[in-house]
Amino acid sequence: MSKQPHSTPLRMLALFGIVLVASLLNGCDWTLFDPKGQVGLEEKNLIFTAIALMLIVVIPVIIMTIMFAWKYREQNKDATYTPNWSHSNKIEVVVWTIPCIIILALGIVTWNSSHSLDPAKPIESSEPKMVIEAIALDWKWLFIYPEQGIATVNEINFPVDVPVEFRVTSGTVMNSFFIPQLGSQIYAMAGMQNKVNLIANQAGTYDGLSANYSGAGFSDMKFKATAGTPAEFDAWVKKVKASGQTLNADTYHTLEAPTIKAPVAYYADVTPKLYETIIENMQKGTNQPVAKSEHGEGHAEEHTAASAEPKKTSEMSADMPGMAMSTPQH
Amino acid sequence: MFGKLTLDAIPYHEPILVVTFILAALGGLAVFGAITYFGKWKYLWTEWLTTVDHKKIGVMYIVVALIMLFRGFSDAVMMRTQLAIAQGSNAGFLPPHHYDQVFTAHGVIMILFMAMPMMVGLMNIVVPLQIGARDVAFPFLNAVSFWLFAVGAVLINLSWFGGEFAQEGWLAYPPLSGLAYSPGVGVDYWIWSIQIAGIGTLLTGVNFFVTIMKMRAPGMTLMRMPVFVWTILCTNILIIAAFPVLTVTIALLTLDRYLGMHFFTNELGGNQMMYVNLIWVWGHPEVYILILPAFGIFSEVVSTFSKKRLFGYTSLVWATAVITILSFVVWLHHFFTMGAGADVNAFFGIATMIISIPTGLKIFNWLFTMFRGRIEFSPSIVWTIGFLITFTIGGMTGVLLAVPGADFVLHNSLFLIAHFHNVIIGGVVFGYLAGFAYWFPKSFGFKLNEKIGKSAAYCWIIGFFVAFVPLYILGFMGMTRRLNHYDNPAWQPLLVVAFVGMLIIGLGIAFQFLQLLVSYKQRNQNLDVTGDPWNGRTLEWSTSSPPPFYNFAVIPTVKSLDDFWRSKEEGTADVRPTKYADIHMPKNTGVGVVVGAFSFVFGFALIWQIWWLAAVGLVAMVVTIIIRSYDDSTDYYVPAAEVERIENLHIQAKAKQGQNHVQ
Repeated sequence: MSKQPHSTPLRMLALFGIVLVASLLNGCDWTLFDPKGQVGLEEKNLIFTAIALMLIVVIPVIIMTIMFAWKYREQNKDATYTPNWSHSNKIEVVVWTIPCIIILALGIVTWNSSHSLDPAKPIESSEPKMVIEAIALDWKWLFIYPEQGIATVNEINFPVDVPVEFRVTSGTVMNSFFIPQLGSQIYAMAGMQNKVNLIANQAGTYDGLSANYSGAGFSDMKFKATAGTPAEFDAWVKKVKASGQTLNADTYHTLEAPTIKAPVAYYADVTPKLYETIIENMQKGTNQPVAKSEHGEGHAEEHTAASAEPKKTSEMSADMPGMAMSTPQH
Repeated sequence: MFGKLTLDAIPYHEPILVVTFILAALGGLAVFGAITYFGKWKYLWTEWLTTVDHKKIGVMYIVVALIMLFRGFSDAVMMRTQLAIAQGSNAGFLPPHHYDQVFTAHGVIMILFMAMPMMVGLMNIVVPLQIGARDVAFPFLNAVSFWLFAVGAVLINLSWFGGEFAQEGWLAYPPLSGLAYSPGVGVDYWIWSIQIAGIGTLLTGVNFFVTIMKMRAPGMTLMRMPVFVWTILCTNILIIAAFPVLTVTIALLTLDRYLGMHFFTNELGGNQMMYVNLIWVWGHPEVYILILPAFGIFSEVVSTFSKKRLFGYTSLVWATAVITILSFVVWLHHFFTMGAGADVNAFFGIATMIISIPTGLKIFNWLFTMFRGRIEFSPSIVWTIGFLITFTIGGMTGVLLAVPGADFVLHNSLFLIAHFHNVIIGGVVFGYLAGFAYWFPKSFGFKLNEKIGKSAAYCWIIGFFVAFVPLYILGFMGMTRRLNHYDNPAWQPLLVVAFVGMLIIGLGIAFQFLQLLVSYKQRNQNLDVTGDPWNGRTLEWSTSSPPPFYNFAVIPTVKSLDDFWRSKEEGTADVRPTKYADIHMPKNTGVGVVVGAFSFVFGFALIWQIWWLAAVGLVAMVVTIIIRSYDDSTDYYVPAAEVERIENLHIQAKAKQGQNHVQ
């Protein structure tokens, strides 16, 4: 090929195209396009629907840009030239109407999907839901299973096809609880509770992470989520129970200290209502670790959780409907 | 005595910073030496530092913007290099403490200290000329604004060599940015550089709003204003409405950090969600503050170089107004994942999508301006075509992110990073660089080298796609933003491609600087003697290049849209006025520099909590302004004979060239 002025950029573009096509062909490996649960699947389909709707306008615009730029270039004296033409009702009607129709369609899709995919909405299933409480710490995830009375660090396990309600809070700064292949993420904020309902419809071990930057150890704030048969789940619970460790105010206080790449830890026993206590203490102040407020009082946790229905709960919930603020559910 | 400031604040144990500091110091010394050697201190002081001329202030803004572009791009180089290598056991070369400062600084600098001054610079140069005014409404205030802004830029760069910069992300969400989690001075540098620069920006907003409302040439009704002026008007309305929110939000955060209050931390009933809402109540209009002027520039450029009237002027104006209003009701789309209910999320999602209707309409208007035109492929038009293609894609991904259900998985991912770089590079940067090439001859009297200009544009456009399409894909692959390292081998090839894209963009930036150098050397071959190098349509082209300090010898009377084009067609463009009159002009003053210097003392002292010095800085600032307000000799008259002399020079030069654009 003869040397043309733009040959290098063009070659670069071609190379880039090859890499791009190669990765597109691998597209089925892309995490978000390979969902393992109903929520993720619906979100993937939503992404495709939205893109398809928008391409109705985007593709013509790109084609028109290239066509007009080429056809009406200065050198092309055969092309029509109308220097004073600047208005056409027909064109105006078309360029206002078509985007309006597309946005109307997309708006309806948005309204419906915002409701059906609301993270706080329970997933309909014949199986009863399971509850896992997730607490973001510097820089690890603490999980409490209130029904099983166990707790873990950086690892969770639950049965396939059972809807899981994650109750998410933070014992530190803002984080975001996210298992990409299962779907929606939700912010973890101190002194507040958010809920995200997820389900795994296929067995496997999935990556979980914090999707909101939270400081120096953020990059390693990861966990594994495993979905298996009910029997496998029971075996896992047994394994955790066999650890012999207890999660109480003291051990929680140790966990609170910032660590990077914290190893997986199991706790066979958890002080009752610890999760609610953490929320309440964080509501009083980020500088008050759980252990501090309970220092010297034998059954302080239970006491705090039972007595203090936070005063602000009702008004704050009214400010932001749909967000359950630190309402311990019994 | 010196608050928190000790010798330990100097990072002499960080080799990267030491080398940077030495290079910066050497560069500074070289500039200092050169000015002294050529005896230019007096020239610099009288002609530039003390100027109240909007054209020179505009140039100074753009100089700062280009320096900051270099600085912000260096951050990008470090981030892309880090992520190209930091896979698996490789920790890369930037530890989190340093890396987190880099991405925070990159965001703050590129938005507030690169894009903003570039925009403010262009509007300073162009707006008074386009509306046929002799200066802005408050020329002295304009100088103060610039110096406050410049102090902000100095403070943020100082943080590298004295202490540290913020590590909390460019919007510094509490509680992470609160005292408990960020006890260092990083966040304080962030606070005071943005506060001081932000006050400057707010004053600019007021200044230009008044300028456009009150100082248009006779006959220039609102619907005869060039589209660029319209977009600037809307941008300044947004500045006036949004920047106070920023100032107050940061002030509350300051109270949290300095006086132990708890607006944004849970103690005593504070609420972190309030901060996130407030900062985005400013933050979302801020992106429209940046993009609207770019839309204005594309409107001017596409019409001039298609040699055709702008299609659908009225639609464009209304679309701009609609975007201005809607930009205030969409902020929640930045945090759908905070847990607001479905109704709230859906409302903000749909409101966001509605913005794409007027924006899409604008795209069609530019397309139909090109349709049946005679498009001259100048660098400005290359930027415009690059914009049309790039921005359309960025708009699409933006609307996708506005669907809450999609955002639940794409939020905070590299898909989001790719999206906003897509609209900010593809829209804002391309727009400002198109405007830079378009109005450069007006400012300096010679055209830029077009060949190098086009090379820069091609590198930027191609580089953008190579650098950011991989990030879109990585977003789908589940990679989140602000990661320092990762252990997923599948991500690395794409991150290496993005690294290559960054290099191509770097080449584009290099071409941009080379273009300035070469064009300056060849300036005599590219002189613009006529003042109208592009066969322009609007008033700024009716005066000489560079314009005389008073802009127009006689204030033009406007009879239509594209009034200069009309006068050229009617053959009245070159008709000399029968007589000249004295011209009332503001005097230069050093007060702006002095106020800026004291605001620097004030800000620096507050960062290090040197209370007595802060008090000195504040009092000195106030006293300076009081003294200035007692100065009665702030203006003067240019005699008619002097005006005639200057005008004759221009007319003679034009006659010599023997060129007349009117056909």
